[in-house]
Amino acid sequence: MGVTDVGVGAQPGPQYDASTPARRPSRARHALAELSRHPNLAVGSLLAALVVIVAIVGRIAAPYNPLAINAGRALLPPGASHWFGTDEFGRDVFSRVVYGTGIDLLIGLVVAALALVVGSVIGLISGYVGGWIDDIIMRIVDIVMSFPSFLLALSIAVVIGNTVRNVIIAVTIAYIPYILRLTRSSVLTVRGADYVLGARAAGALRSRVMALHVLPNAAGPPLVQATLMSGWAILDVSGLSFLGVGIQPPSPELGVQVAQGASYITSGQWWISVFPGVAIILAVLAFNFLGDYADDKLRGQGS
Amino acid sequence: MRRYIIRRLGLAVLTLAGIIVVVFLVTHILPGNPALVTTGGYANRHTLQAIEQQMGLNRSLAAQFGSYLANIVHGTLGTSYTTGNTVAHDLLTRLPATSELAVASTIIATIIGVPAGIIAGMRQGSGADWIGRMAAIVGTSIPLYWLGLVLIVIFYADLHIAPAPSGEVNAFAVVPPSYTHSLILDSLLSGNWSTFFDALRHLALPAVTLGVVETAPILKITRSATLEVERSDYVRTARAYGLSRWEILKSDVLRNVATRVLTALGVVFGFLLGGSILVERIYDWPGMGLYAWNAVTTTDYNAIQGYILVVGIVYVLLNLVVDLLYSVVDPRIRFGPAGGGSRRRPRIARAGRRLVSPPMPETERH
Repeated sequence: MGVTDVGVGAQPGPQYDASTPARRPSRARHALAELSRHPNLAVGSLLAALVVIVAIVGRIAAPYNPLAINAGRALLPPGASHWFGTDEFGRDVFSRVVYGTGIDLLIGLVVAALALVVGSVIGLISGYVGGWIDDIIMRIVDIVMSFPSFLLALSIAVVIGNTVRNVIIAVTIAYIPYILRLTRSSVLTVRGADYVLGARAAGALRSRVMALHVLPNAAGPPLVQATLMSGWAILDVSGLSFLGVGIQPPSPELGVQVAQGASYITSGQWWISVFPGVAIILAVLAFNFLGDYADDKLRGQGS
Repeated sequence: MRRYIIRRLGLAVLTLAGIIVVVFLVTHILPGNPALVTTGGYANRHTLQAIEQQMGLNRSLAAQFGSYLANIVHGTLGTSYTTGNTVAHDLLTRLPATSELAVASTIIATIIGVPAGIIAGMRQGSGADWIGRMAAIVGTSIPLYWLGLVLIVIFYADLHIAPAPSGEVNAFAVVPPSYTHSLILDSLLSGNWSTFFDALRHLALPAVTLGVVETAPILKITRSATLEVERSDYVRTARAYGLSRWEILKSDVLRNVATRVLTALGVVFGFLLGGSILVERIYDWPGMGLYAWNAVTTTDYNAIQGYILVVGIVYVLLNLVVDLLYSVVDPRIRFGPAGGGSRRRPRIARAGRRLVSPPMPETERH
């Protein structure tokens, strides 16, 4: 892709922005052309739209209350009245999946946003200020990154206890180093640029240069990383919940549901675990495809 | 070469010390009361104090750090509350089972991922390349634990091909004398064929589960390494000389791709030691991951702490070994000025980020 991307991928220059309203339709056409040229963008947007719509519409119009127990209708296979069947308490799996998708989606986005904010600020300081501050920060990052992130999140979650808030904190801490390191290296490539030197020569405060000149120009890679991270966060949080360390039942969080159905797998009641898992895959796929597209763009523009 | 090795060893020692401190910080400084967690939050004040005393939580932090360090230096890692053994002993006896799983799944992932990645890279933009890229994205979007369950549904509950997900062998298998503590190797060494084949059958599903998830990052790395080599001057020159595709593949591509794949494999392997906790839980596989899971559910703090520490250490040592091997395979590092290689920007971690953190020597160097 690389070479052809450079031309197509370039943002419309100022002359386009200043154009008359008559040119407006071309922007929609541009978006369509972009979609058809990049299948990863098309698939990613489609999946993201699907997941978001399911999460929102489902919350308003789910056929059953996801927590309503009905012992008389336990372990029913998928059918007309319960599309995804029912679990051992007679709860409707479809309604639970729809609610759970919303929960996981939100958690994924929150974790990525938190990691992005904290990581990029520290990374900016580390890269721009440099010196002993940079040395100390990078040593700590090296050490934290020598643990598999899932395991680090797991151990933190075990210690601080498993509420939704704590699980989010645990996973965020495990992710911050990735953003931090990427922001720092991106800042290093930007800090010597002419516009930064110009701003400094004009006497701008260091904090102003960092916030207005360095950060916006160094933000590309960490943003792409954060997109992919939303997907990882869904996998990791649901994995923690699956192990019983994350979000707790009776929450319809998707990992909780997969864990709950695990005991019925060998006896053939597959639907309790399988459907929530499919929802996880679709949500993570959306972020992975969008991140893949964004990464293509970034590389195309960077070279 | 010698300078590089010394530098690399120094860095590893520093990181190991850091890991020891971080694990202590996570388990002792973070706002959380292990005693409270152990009692489930329902104990009265006196019981709580008694448990805090028993766990040594009422001592000063310095004293706690001292006994923590002593446990590490003595190689015991403390005593597990649930098994009554030292944590080091518990982990060691469970290491072979986890290693079997890690080795088997890495073999599966390499057999699929490396050739597929090379084909995708050599025919960039072709249908094969497209399939490879899709497979890598899909592979990293599947939750490990869900895949494990689905395989059980298909191959055990439905088709009745695979054995029940209940550990390494079925309950009636004759257990061979223990030479290596690895059931597969032991049964092979003692010529106990029925146990050996039963163990293989039990290994298949968990190994495939891990293997599938592991294939994606290996495929991705192989593909991008192949692309890089394909665009290089020496491959262009080789083409200009009229060498065939196969000859270029043999002489230039494979060797250069090997170094990158080696790095990935080392880190993937480290991840497996930790990440197998999910798969071992599903298949009741008696390895370190299942031990850690039991420790988590019974809030056996020493066991959790020991497990994390060991995985962190193994991870660092694997990275060290890989980097040293790297210098053997790649002469540019061996003869380069200060450890060779241009300073690359850390790349966006994709496919298997936990699997592919940027290799150490090429990052923080000023």
